[in-house]
Amino acid sequence: MRVIPFIIFGFITAALIIILNTSLLLPAPLGKLLSPQHGIWQNAEPVNEDFTANLSFPQLTGKVNVYLDDRLVPHIFAEQENDAYFVQGYLHAKFRLWQMELQTHAAAGRASEIVGDVALNHDREFRRLGMVYAAENALREVEKDTVMKSECDAYTAGVNAWIESLNESSLPIEYKLIGYKPEKWNNFKTALFLKYMAYDLAAHENDFEMTNAKNFFSKEDFAKLYPAIPDSADPIIPKGTVYSKPKVELKIPATADSLYFNNTSPISLTEQKPDKDNGSNNWAVSGKKTQSGYPILANDPHLGLNLPSLWYEMQISTPNFNAYGVSFPGSPGIIIGFNDSCAFGFTNGGRDVRDYYEIKFKDESRQEYWFNNEWKKTDFRFEAIKIKGKPDYIDTVAYTVFGPVMFDKNFTGNKTTGNRDYAVRWKAHDPSNELKIFNMLNRAKNYADYSAAVVNLHTPGQNCVFATKSGDIAIRTQGEFPAKWKGQGDFIMPGTDSSYMWQAMIPMDETPFQYNPERNFVSSANQRPADSTYPYYLGSGYTPYRGITINRRLNAMNNITVDDIKKLQTDNYNVFAEMAAPVFLKNMKENELSAEEKKYFNILRTWDFRNDVTSKGATVFYLTWAHFEDTVWNDEFAKAPKTIMKPYESTLLEAILKDSAFKFLDDINTSPTETLADEVTASFKKAVVELKDAESKGRLEWAKYKDTKVVHLTKLDPFSRLHLPIGGGTHCINAAKSNHGPSWRMIVSLTPQTEAYGVYPGGQSGNPGSKYYDNFIDTWVAGKYYAIWVMKQSEESDKRVKGKITFAK
Amino acid sequence: MKFIVSIILIALLSFAACLYFPWWSIAIVAFIVAALIAQSAGMSFLTGFLALFLLWGVLSFWISSSNEHILAHKVSLVILKIDSPYLLMLATALIGGLVAGFAAMTGSFLRKKKVSPSY
Repeated sequence: MRVIPFIIFGFITAALIIILNTSLLLPAPLGKLLSPQHGIWQNAEPVNEDFTANLSFPQLTGKVNVYLDDRLVPHIFAEQENDAYFVQGYLHAKFRLWQMELQTHAAAGRASEIVGDVALNHDREFRRLGMVYAAENALREVEKDTVMKSECDAYTAGVNAWIESLNESSLPIEYKLIGYKPEKWNNFKTALFLKYMAYDLAAHENDFEMTNAKNFFSKEDFAKLYPAIPDSADPIIPKGTVYSKPKVELKIPATADSLYFNNTSPISLTEQKPDKDNGSNNWAVSGKKTQSGYPILANDPHLGLNLPSLWYEMQISTPNFNAYGVSFPGSPGIIIGFNDSCAFGFTNGGRDVRDYYEIKFKDESRQEYWFNNEWKKTDFRFEAIKIKGKPDYIDTVAYTVFGPVMFDKNFTGNKTTGNRDYAVRWKAHDPSNELKIFNMLNRAKNYADYSAAVVNLHTPGQNCVFATKSGDIAIRTQGEFPAKWKGQGDFIMPGTDSSYMWQAMIPMDETPFQYNPERNFVSSANQRPADSTYPYYLGSGYTPYRGITINRRLNAMNNITVDDIKKLQTDNYNVFAEMAAPVFLKNMKENELSAEEKKYFNILRTWDFRNDVTSKGATVFYLTWAHFEDTVWNDEFAKAPKTIMKPYESTLLEAILKDSAFKFLDDINTSPTETLADEVTASFKKAVVELKDAESKGRLEWAKYKDTKVVHLTKLDPFSRLHLPIGGGTHCINAAKSNHGPSWRMIVSLTPQTEAYGVYPGGQSGNPGSKYYDNFIDTWVAGKYYAIWVMKQSEESDKRVKGKITFAK
Repeated sequence: MKFIVSIILIALLSFAACLYFPWWSIAIVAFIVAALIAQSAGMSFLTGFLALFLLWGVLSFWISSSNEHILAHKVSLVILKIDSPYLLMLATALIGGLVAGFAAMTGSFLRKKKVSPSY
């Protein structure tokens, strides 16, 4: 043995292995990653992959056959209902495990475990919002219900059956790239996932911003800047509906109206906010308006556009029901879809169910707080946050009668608030059993079943649309909402006594709804649920415009076919521009425009208000409006506290439509009084600077300017789909914005033989190495649909079946 | 002959080992084979290198071809910042080759005396 070279080269070899097996020197453990039998190559799924398999699991009670079709949509046929949930969990995990875990880790405030302390603020904020507390409360409620408990247990067992089958080489690629391993699933994770949706859809509020605005502006100005109800409101439940006297009578504190006008110092903090445009469209038209004589239901929920998609399409057939639609990887059941009798869909309710109370602690220790004339003991919850590569972070959160103290001296969301403490009261903290609605809707046969199902939906509040083959259509602005007096919860409320607390929930039988209305259609698009005669306060911030287009069009349409509905659901007409652009055209001081500016003005003048892919007018309008808003508001807001909210677009639009001398048009920093024409012209000139720049880069056409993309959850570009040529945008029915939009488009014609269409911007496989990863995106971009195949087990030999997986005991 | 036999043996045994053990088991295989089949240090390196260069090159090419290089396009952009499936295969082959080459060379020093070239 030659010792010295042996040692030297032994050392070199060992060092090489260590370097290639870790991230010490290299950005990634390249040896582990590139080993063809372990690493990323194992995720390169053969394009002709045959998913056929025969599996057995002792947890099953009967047989389950799964047929994967040519789009990789599974059609599950189970002899026992709970076995179907087992298989659903198994398939969700097989195709989407990484996102399921990522989303539930994010929900639980555990992102730092994966990505390190860059996520610490996110984790602390989510824990302090009480996400874990909320999920615990929900799980207790779910597990009291034996039906839902066994459904969740079966689902969890299915997910875990897949996780147990994994080894190093079969791990999803993201685990390999980031370098961690999945943990076991449990029912709590399902509860966390649902709270994540509650956060996304029912956690939006502007309490700090509005409190500052109320402090900063005079009472008169405030009323003009933040009116509760826009004039153009065309509510979900039409104007003129008669509501009975409210069952809940509220005791309004004497200070409710005067609080916060010019009295306190501004609050400054930054919170994470769910996208305020999390909206959606849905409608159902009765058979009286369709060519077939049967109802048609349509739904397209607008959410963040990500890969892997939030949705997973499937058919679940059991002895009790046969449902088809999209499911959430992470939760059992079909969420938006249809069965052999009816169809169901949702849009976000958007009501304010998250409020803040200012807490007065006795001292720094936060052991006691002042409430109803006495010092009350605080409960503490210790949140241990694991951080990759660092010691745990322990956050101590104080819980009061209102809920967790989210912001205090220990956590200010990055910015100091001074010495104030704010407890958050969030409806999602209350026990509820949301999964029950899907369990019941999946098997619903008629309107009575639907009515019984939807009342289980408490948070997030949703506008539930429904239609049956027997000809019924309905919509219900469902949710369990606090009964509030006018303005309650729009601002931070005093937390020293119970007078500002939520006093009661609106009784379910006072929920606005419509059942087979005279106009022969029902619809919702995140506008106000009801008009001002509804006896409870509904808050503000609803977006009126998509609803206006939908109702106008549905009113005019008759003899409707599925193709008509496809055209409507993908329509790029911008009704906001239809109202706003004429103001620009009328008030532009053309004589002050240069030749170049005139060129762009002509584009605006000849624009048809359609945000189509190649439309240049849409870009001109978009930028002009954006600069117009800035020009009008920036002077007034320059000295305002940083944490504040500009008025809604609808507020400004309605102001200039009815009052060309709107007070805020004047630039307060200049001596002349600016007019609407001055502001419009100045805004347009600023817009032209950007338009020229966009044109020089070949991005003047709307789709190029808007630049829609569907982004992988890691934000890695190569795993994302960028620069998608799709039109539409905010205020269009086709609400495809830059990274947000129709996340599932579904149309169901409830003819005796169901005719249904669907598409979502993604693919059934979550694996970036699969040809099924993003194969629906081009269809979605083109505004086309897949014809949905509701398979019968007798069609086993149909050529669309590409693989069969059998599950048995 | 030893050269060819060593290459084939290292490649086959590495493939088998990686079915059950971590990727660096290729180093142990190359080490043992080189220790058992005497060759000069340089030749041992070359056998180890070529065995794994070929094995990992061919495996990755074969896997990626049946995937129509969908994944290799994306991952080459993530890791190498260049859209080149073939460069990713080359990187894979080189990594396997270098680790096995050095391991084989180390193994060759385990023998008592220097072997003269014998081919």
